[in-house]
Amino acid sequence: MNTCDLSLAGAALKALGSGALLWPDQNLLCVSDLHLGKAERIARRSGMQLPPYETRDTLTRLVSDLDKTGARTVVCLGDSFDDLTAARSLPEDERLWITRLQAGRRWVWIEGNHDPGPIEFGGTHLAELPIGSVTFRHIAKPGASGEISGHYHPKATLPTRGRAITRPAFLIDSDRLVMPAYGTYTGGLRSHDSTLSRLMRPDAAAIMTGARPVQVPMPRGAL
Amino acid sequence: MTPLPQMFADWFAAKGWSIHPHQQQMLDRADDAALLLIAPTGGGKTLAGFLPTLAELAEGDHEGLHTLYISPLKALATDIKRNLRTPVEEMGLDIRIEDRTGDTSATQKKRQRADPPHILLTTPESLALLTSYEDAQRMFAGLKRVIVDEIHALAESKRGDQMFLALSRLQGLRPDLKRVGLSATVEDPAAIAHLLARHPDPCDILHADPGPAPDIQMLVTDEAPPWSGSGGKYAIPAVLEQVKKHKTTLIFHNTRAQAELYFHNIWLANDEGLPIGIHHGSLDRQQREKVEQAMVDGQLKAIVCTGTLDLGIDWGDVDLIIQVGAPKNVKRLVQRIGRANHRYNAPSKALLVPANRFEVVECVAALDAVKAGALDGDPRGPGPRDALCQHILIVACAGPFCADALYNEVTSTGAYSTLTRPDFDACLDFCATGGYALRAYDQWKRLQQRPDGHWQLRDPRSAQRIRMNIGTIQDTDTLKVRFKGRGGKPLGEIEEGFAATLTPGDTFLIGGQIVRYDSLREMTVQVTRDAAKKPKIATFMGTKFATSTQLSHRIIEMFQQDTWPALPPHTAEWLSLQRKVSRLPEPGRLLIESFPHDNRIHTAVYGFAGRNAMQTLGLLLTKRMEETGLNPLGFLATDYATLIWGLDKITDPAPLFDIDALRNGLDTWLAGNAVMKRTFRASATIAGLIERNLPSNRKTGRQATFSSDILYDTLAKYDPDHLMLHITRQEAMRGLVDFGRIEEMCARIGNRIDLIEHDRITPLAAPLMLEVGRVPIKGLAEEKLLAEEAERLMTTAGLPPEPKRKDWRVPF
Repeated sequence: MNTCDLSLAGAALKALGSGALLWPDQNLLCVSDLHLGKAERIARRSGMQLPPYETRDTLTRLVSDLDKTGARTVVCLGDSFDDLTAARSLPEDERLWITRLQAGRRWVWIEGNHDPGPIEFGGTHLAELPIGSVTFRHIAKPGASGEISGHYHPKATLPTRGRAITRPAFLIDSDRLVMPAYGTYTGGLRSHDSTLSRLMRPDAAAIMTGARPVQVPMPRGAL
Repeated sequence: MTPLPQMFADWFAAKGWSIHPHQQQMLDRADDAALLLIAPTGGGKTLAGFLPTLAELAEGDHEGLHTLYISPLKALATDIKRNLRTPVEEMGLDIRIEDRTGDTSATQKKRQRADPPHILLTTPESLALLTSYEDAQRMFAGLKRVIVDEIHALAESKRGDQMFLALSRLQGLRPDLKRVGLSATVEDPAAIAHLLARHPDPCDILHADPGPAPDIQMLVTDEAPPWSGSGGKYAIPAVLEQVKKHKTTLIFHNTRAQAELYFHNIWLANDEGLPIGIHHGSLDRQQREKVEQAMVDGQLKAIVCTGTLDLGIDWGDVDLIIQVGAPKNVKRLVQRIGRANHRYNAPSKALLVPANRFEVVECVAALDAVKAGALDGDPRGPGPRDALCQHILIVACAGPFCADALYNEVTSTGAYSTLTRPDFDACLDFCATGGYALRAYDQWKRLQQRPDGHWQLRDPRSAQRIRMNIGTIQDTDTLKVRFKGRGGKPLGEIEEGFAATLTPGDTFLIGGQIVRYDSLREMTVQVTRDAAKKPKIATFMGTKFATSTQLSHRIIEMFQQDTWPALPPHTAEWLSLQRKVSRLPEPGRLLIESFPHDNRIHTAVYGFAGRNAMQTLGLLLTKRMEETGLNPLGFLATDYATLIWGLDKITDPAPLFDIDALRNGLDTWLAGNAVMKRTFRASATIAGLIERNLPSNRKTGRQATFSSDILYDTLAKYDPDHLMLHITRQEAMRGLVDFGRIEEMCARIGNRIDLIEHDRITPLAAPLMLEVGRVPIKGLAEEKLLAEEAERLMTTAGLPPEPKRKDWRVPF
């Protein structure tokens, strides 16, 4: 498994090429912004009928990461469901699938802006989760430190001699780590965006996901 | 013979005109159910189409809409309105003529539905929209005739398919509706008649006197054209001389970017300040209208333009057409010169300005083809099902429908006459439920069946969304460009992909001005004027145009000559040099050149098999290169060659051309390549699976939207038999070619492959470097580049990244 080693508030972390984060000392896997049930929500709200396979694709990738890492604790860092109705409307087989994944694992659902209330799945429901010097929450708080958050779906563009390459990316500085979105039907916000440029320190790095995750200075500026 | 009404005869006489034979014939055959007129531009073609309408309306007792006129261009509708009003006003006829396009105001549109004019001039998209309203029946109640102008242009595109489907709707409402098609000279008039007719009824074809043969020549200049390049800058002094000698000159370019650059350069050389304007589709509407009016008023000596001015617009006294860059399609060239000097009996005059030396060869071959009357054209195949899906949704907007009746109506359309019932039903199911193997949307169906078996929208409010997505033109996402400050003047639009490459301070050309990129605010690019002589960023993305010439064999024949007396000396020298440093392509052999350029290894494969085949070959070869670890990054295809760039050099080409390996690759490559994804995006938008990226949707923030590539990958993985994937494959194959041409080429060359390595670009490869239509390959090379760049950046310890920017040309 290709990973990229990171350190935040004394915790040794590994960024996976899939966009998941492993904390080996805690045997913990963190994924953010799964947006399960997104196709259903879009159909309900707009009538567009996107291929209704994003939940099984997202779960298939999560299973693969759990198998590879053997993690016993899973933290879903908010926006795990595209909304609360989407959470209730998941087909039976996908609900059972999630329940099976939870068996024998400690499972934490962090609330996100898309799924702010209680959901019918087992596990612990929390607004935020502190472990040692690290805090997991959905949206980054200015001034926080040792914080792991999601929400922004960061992606980074790197010009190379062949072409410019864009990938979902982890952003990290000495205070915080912002996770890329893990869900199949999710877009991204470029690290150039002023919101992210303001949030992250000037010496922040980006870890671009893909077959081999690579760390680069966080691209910023331009558009 | 139907006599011309006295009022008309008097008007013709007062003008000193006599009626053209084909105008009289159109009048005589006013009762034909369908009739196609083939006539050169300037032959009074439009009047011929409208004469029966005007004669009937002159009797004065018709209520409501009488004739619907459909043209592919908004500008043409506006122009015809102007031209038609002249005779109507001069004869004092009480006929209301109005146009209705995307530019028409909402109030005007509403009024037109309540109280339609006698003659309505519109476009395929506006017509489709009209048929989607519940009150369509009432609006079209009096409709007697439909005139489809420039039908040869519509026949080549999905816009035409959509329009013919809309016609089948109108015919359903008005069974006695008469159809008239007006076309420029085409190779196969019967094919167009088949599209126009209500299948299986016949459609007769009238041929007007084609007039004298066109006068097309290559512009001879003292200055030699460059090896490479597409601007034609070298010929500007000679072009200005021609502009001076003629009343009005249209200077055509193949792309908007070239038109912008040329306009900039021609003004730098325009010492006498000749009034020269620019016109292309990315310019702001107000600015386009200003140029159009100036042209009508005869204030302009020349207009630098692209295809938006291409279709039969009778403006002013155009007496010369200049085509800069080789015409990519000989047929279009001949139709284009119809613009010049449209007094019927004077020959049309056009000059070709090749932009580089390869294009000199191309122009000479094209002129030979025109002389030989060998106009090229590709048969289009059956009607696309994505347009059919959109049509079904449009029909549903107008009210409940019966599937059997709709099927019969659709198959009365020429392009869909062979559509099977199962194929139709699959499209209907797609519109209703999404058509997925996983029946996930029972609760959120778009269409549902009523107890009486008719289909209707489940949620009537969805009609509005469907209407917003009507159309088959695939717009790339664009951003508006404005001068900075409150109420800054709008300049036009640039593609989002281009905007993303800009850094504040970069300068670029738009509307003939150099502007400096300042900031992006609310999806508008803010710029300030810049006094720089030379824009920093060369150009914005060119529009990809279809090249379909069959000139290849003429050119390869020409290459075999020992000397080239028919070519200008500079071009003959260029070919000699190519022969000296490398070779010239030969029939029965395959020439491959390999050279480093811009940090990448370039490989040019001169297959001369036509663009479609060369594109397919590019996809197959890069797949084979990926498999053998040669790290290809992308390719482009022209009619003559495939140019591949990547990280590693081909040393042994023969195994790459192993026909069995290529054939094995064929089935799998279709699934994952960029051409398929691009096609999927277009077809899925047309069919209504995804919505157009409207500016109003985009303001909500980027992270809400995700790429259609993800949808394609997901569908291919979990529902490989889905209708959209079948449609995508079929539509992608229109731009590609069946494997037969590749097999033929491989059989022809056998093992006679000549690989020439050179330390720089060869003379023959130079023109390829600026071609548009690049296809990226996202394989292992990307991981390699990423790792390489990351290492470089991270070893620059502590420093903020300062990625090297290349002059922007294409974003990959």
